Formats: sequence, C-alpha cells, structure tokens
Amino acid sequence: MSRIKLSDSAVETIKEVCMSFGNQEGELINVLHQVQDKLGYLPAEVQELVAQELNMSVAKVYGVVTFYSYFTMIPKGEFPISICMGTACYVRGAEQVLSEFKRQLKVEVGQTTPDGKFSLSCLRCVGTCGLSPVIMVGEKVYGRVSPQQVKQIIAEYQEGCPSHEAKSA
Amino acid sequence: MDMINLTIDNKPVVVVKGTTILEAAKSIGITVPTLCHMKLDDLGIENKPGGCRICVVEVKGRRNLAPACCTEATDGMEVSTHSIRAINARRTVLELILSDHPSDCLVCAKSGNCELQDLAHRLGIREIHYKGEQSSYRADTSPAIIRELNKCILCRRCEMMCNEVQTVGVLSAINRGFSSVVSPAFEMNLDHSVCTYCGQCVAVCPTGALTEVDHTGAVVRALADPTKTVIVQTAPAVRAALGEEFDMEPGTLVTGKLVAALRRLGFDYVFDTDFSADLTIMEEGTELLNRLKRHLEGDPDVKLPILTSCCPAWVKFFEHQFPDMKDIPSTARSPQQMFGSIAKSYFAGILGIKREDLVVVSIMPCVAKKYECGRDEFAVNNNPDVDFALTTRELAALIKVSNIKFRLLDNEEYDAPLGESTGAGVIFGTTGGVIEAAVRSAYELYTGKELPKIEFEELRGMEGLRKATIDFNGLPINIGIAHGLRNARKLLEDMRAGNSWYHAIEIMSCPGGCIGGGGQPYHHGNVEILKKRQMALYREDSNKAIRKSHENPYIKKLYEEYLGHPMSEKAHHLLHTVYFDRTR
Repeated sequence: MSRIKLSDSAVETIKEVCMSFGNQEGELINVLHQVQDKLGYLPAEVQELVAQELNMSVAKVYGVVTFYSYFTMIPKGEFPISICMGTACYVRGAEQVLSEFKRQLKVEVGQTTPDGKFSLSCLRCVGTCGLSPVIMVGEKVYGRVSPQQVKQIIAEYQEGCPSHEAKSA
Repeated sequence: MDMINLTIDNKPVVVVKGTTILEAAKSIGITVPTLCHMKLDDLGIENKPGGCRICVVEVKGRRNLAPACCTEATDGMEVSTHSIRAINARRTVLELILSDHPSDCLVCAKSGNCELQDLAHRLGIREIHYKGEQSSYRADTSPAIIRELNKCILCRRCEMMCNEVQTVGVLSAINRGFSSVVSPAFEMNLDHSVCTYCGQCVAVCPTGALTEVDHTGAVVRALADPTKTVIVQTAPAVRAALGEEFDMEPGTLVTGKLVAALRRLGFDYVFDTDFSADLTIMEEGTELLNRLKRHLEGDPDVKLPILTSCCPAWVKFFEHQFPDMKDIPSTARSPQQMFGSIAKSYFAGILGIKREDLVVVSIMPCVAKKYECGRDEFAVNNNPDVDFALTTRELAALIKVSNIKFRLLDNEEYDAPLGESTGAGVIFGTTGGVIEAAVRSAYELYTGKELPKIEFEELRGMEGLRKATIDFNGLPINIGIAHGLRNARKLLEDMRAGNSWYHAIEIMSCPGGCIGGGGQPYHHGNVEILKKRQMALYREDSNKAIRKSHENPYIKKLYEEYLGHPMSEKAHHLLHTVYFDRTR
C-alpha cells in the first residue's frame, strides 16, 4: 500500500477513526461515515487506507462505498446545494426545483460542477415543512423556492460568497 | 444427535438437525435445481448466498416459498419441490435472469458447459416473457482471464473463491440494484489488480462470464507454419482429467491417448512436463539440502523453511502480499518454465535450429500458466521460453475441432529425450505430490541410503493444511503442505511472526492442487471428481518403473552432457529465477 499519497493529517484522521472502532472489519460502515464527515468524501486512497487499517480487501470497501448512495467518491462543491425531497417539499414542487438546478448547473445528483463550486444532493426533511419546498446551500436555508428563483440563488454564489455561513466547512 | 423427521414430495426422510432442505432432498435422490449454490464437500467450500431463488420449494403452512439451499429442515415439515407454485416461481425467476442475459449461446465459450443453459433446458424454458434493460458492461481482458460481465448472474461464487478460499480479495460485488457487478476495486482491470490468475473464479463460474484467454488459434497457426518446429509438453494433472471432456469416467488415465492426439494434431515432438518436474526436484531438492546443511552448521543467514515455487499463482500471490518474504521460496523455476528453457537451449541445440524457429506449447491444468509464460524474465531477446500455454479444456476443444476420435485412439509413448519421466514427476499434479517427490530424492541424496518405502502416505490427502515429520536417518524433517491460498497465507503469517516449525513447505494455489486447477474440465461442484483425479495420478506413479526423480536416465544425461550438476552456474542461469516486489 505504498502508493497512498494522502496528507499526513488525513492519514492521521483516518487511522484515528479506524482505531476508535477497534479496527474491526464489522465497523466498516461506521468508519466510512465518520471519515466522510471529516474529509468530505472517500477517494480511492482513503478507501485503500481504510481497507489496510481494518485488514480487509479494498474491493470490499469499494463495494460498500458504491452500494450506499450516502457515500461519495466525489468531493463536494465549495457551495453544496441540497434539495429537500421530504413529503411536504415533494408535493409542493421540490422535483421541479431539483430539475432546474440540474439544468442550470449541468450536473446530476451526487455530482460536482467542473469548477468545484457547486455540488448537488438530495436530503430528507430539515424540519421546516412550513417553508416547503426547502433547499439548503451549505448551512443556509431557503424556503418557498420556486424554479424561477434557482437562477438567482446560483448567481448569489457565483460572484463570491454573500454570507459567510453558507460556505461549507 | 438431534434427528428431524419431514416429508419431501410425500417421501419421509430423517436427517440430522441443521440439514438444509436441499441436502435432505438430495439424501433421498431428489435433486432440487440450484444455480448460485455450490458446495465442495471435504474442502470446506460452500457458496449459498440464497440470491438466485431457483431452488425455491413449497413448505406447507409457510406463506412464501423457501429457498431450499439455505432453509433448515424442521421437524414435521412437509415440502413439495414440484408443486405448481414452486415450478412456476422457478420458471419465472429463471426467465427474469434470462431476460438480462445475452442469448448468444451458440457462439459462447461456455456453450455445452453452462449451468444456466442446462437449467433453461431442464426447466423447459421456451419463451422469455419479460423484456427490459440489458446490462452493457465493458469486457475486461487480462493475460489469462476474460471477464464478460453481461453474462454474469451475480451468483457470487467467484467472489467467494477469491475472498474466502484464496484470500486474494480482488473481486467484490459493487454498485447497487441493476448496475451491480462483481469487480475489482475502483472497477480497475484484472491486470492492474493483485489477481493471481489462479483461475478458481473461472473454475466455478456457472456461465460464460469468466473464461480463460483462448490461445488455440495461435497454436493452430504455429502448427501450420512449415518454417517452425512445434513441440508440446503436457502437465501431470492433464492426463487425469482430459478424458472427462470426452465423456470418460472421472479419474480415467488417458496418458497414451493424450500423446497420440497431440501427434495427430501435428506436433513434431510430444514431450512431458513430468520430465521437467523431475528436473525441478533435482534443483529444488538440492537447494533444500544446501539450506539444510548450512542451517545445521549454524549459519544464521540461511532461510528456512524452503517453499516450493512451481505454482505461478502462488508466486504472484507472495509477490503482491508478502514481498518482504520473497527470499524464502525456492528460486527454482516451475516445471513449465524449466521445460521451455531447456527446450530452447539444449534441445534446439540437438536439432540444430535457432530458438526463434522452435515453438514450445504447453498443455496445463491452469490459467495462471498463461500469465507465467509471458513474464519478462522467461524470455530471451523477446522470444519466450514457452510460447503458448493451453488449458486442458482448450486442448479438448482443439482435439474435437480436428475430427480426432479421442476415445478410439491407441496409446502412444512420449518422445525422447524430454518425454521420459518418473513416478515422482507424475504426482506433481496433486497436493502433497511435489513435496513427496522432493522427499524421495532428498532422502536418498542426503542419507546415501535407499528408501525403505517409496510412498509417503502421511503427505497425502485433501486436508487444506497438513504436516508431517519425515525421519532422514535420525534427522527429523518437518514438512508442511498447503493448498488453497488461505492456507498458504496462514503458514506465511506464522513465518512472518517467527514461529514456523517447518523445514520445507509445499504450496499449491488451487484446492486439491493442479488436479483442481482453473484450466481443468469443469467439476460443477462435484468434489468426487477431484479425488478421482488425485487417485489416478497416484496410480500412474505406482505403475512407473522408475519413481524417483534422480534416477531418471535422461535427467542424468542432461546433467552429464549439458548442465554439469544441480545448482551449477549453467543450471542457475537456465533453471532458476528471481522474484519481484509487486506491492500495489
């Protein structure tokens, strides 16, 4: 496994997470969850190191990463956009909002724009159903979003970061 | 022992608690059709993901149908394996599988040997009522194995072999739902992975999704080229299995017919890898004795145990996974490569031709041999020592296409000088055979005495890991035997931890050794076939006049005329090799 070329701090992080789960193969999903939380995504090098630490084959790790849609091998954008697809948002037109984001950004769900600015994902209910349909950009919540507003929301971020809280960690 | 009473198709049956419905049915002669399930008794190998649902049966009082392969029989159970509901469900399941399977059976490499095709025949499928999306996954070609995943039915047998039996860990199911495939990590090609090409995935694949790379065309072209002298070598395990391809009983020895068929095909000389197996014993045995002698003299640098190095999948395994221990295996090349090297030097010299005009073909029970003969170190000026390695199956195909009635052939003898072999060379094809052959010669060379008994029963068998101590005239020699790479891994990990008890260890990648190789006629999960092949090799050994490698007159002559002595400089150059760190 000599070709792993992660930063020292990333290596440290991954090893710590694995250790905290006793380097148990059976804890793979928990390990991947935490590693993705900390690093944002699970590139090949990360999966190789996790496999090495848990003493299992990297093919198995990759199998789990590709099985669950939550896991991603693509880094999130600078401004991650999440569309709520919970029941309330869905019946009030979240699908059309999502389609408009896909059309404007030219990416599918789970992908990131080539300039690394925006990524698109779906989530389930942020607990503000009164504002449905709801989207989030980073930590910032937008309510009662219509497809017509999508262009304007994207534009806000394209010129830089309007509000600091929207920037992802 | 708790016993269970149940009825299957109205027949009463008594089984031990824990028995599956499938096994219970089998015990009274009812064969429930299966597809993903595979069990190799005595080898501890079983695949039962319960995924394909072909084996569903109706159980009275149970709401849904039960998969027989992974449902335990319970007391008072009433099972019907052929109720209308069970048969309809089975057919529906199969039609759904077939709806996403290419229908190019006529030209598929697996045609006639395909468990899916057989099942469609057995269940009488005449129409596929379902139409839907078709998988379209790129094909992947490597030096030995082709993956055509459009033909994969996700039985996961290959994955089980790769992970549980071999601990190679290349294959895993990836993605989800319709886009699920069995693949190496990151969908890399096999030749970029740590695949050993052992071919056990090919050996158990029920369909044409995994097959060997076909070299028969290239061999036919070489045979038709008047400027080439084409010679062939046959591995020990081939003669114990080839007959199966011609509907002969498993375990039938077809050595003489094999030679005759190869002559009909047009090979100029028909030689035997058993000859170079004897040569391997001379080199490897001498290396063992040298290391042992130095060890006894207290040399701290000497590496023991010595590990055999005949198996190319095993070599690739330790190069990937235990590169820190690559100075422990014997440096002796495999019999296939020793043969090629001697053929293209010594024998080309006898014929007075250039090595480029000599084509060496080998018939192997193995797919990894295809990879081995392509390794850079086994070529001189880009001319490989062995040009093509065909599997037992490929040879059978070649014999069929050449209109040769194999069963009617009269026995013929191998050609001299590279066709003469001993019983020791023959048993190279089974687990325990290489080390028994080595012990026969090493004992006599070390003690200077004749062996009181040639057979070493303590080294034989089918246990995955075996050990024995052989008395070398007062010096106890501890022998280990492993087949299946999981067992090899155990021995290596012990060794790495510094607590190995052995002086010499034989390792073969495939369960059963080469008799169970990835290039052999498909056993379709019947382990009895492997045992019969094993017995056949021991039978051939006991029928041989000479049974110790060092007594092979042509081996003696080869050393006298050409090599000097075992481990001589020339022998070192032609018959030994180096290993590489292939950490990935």
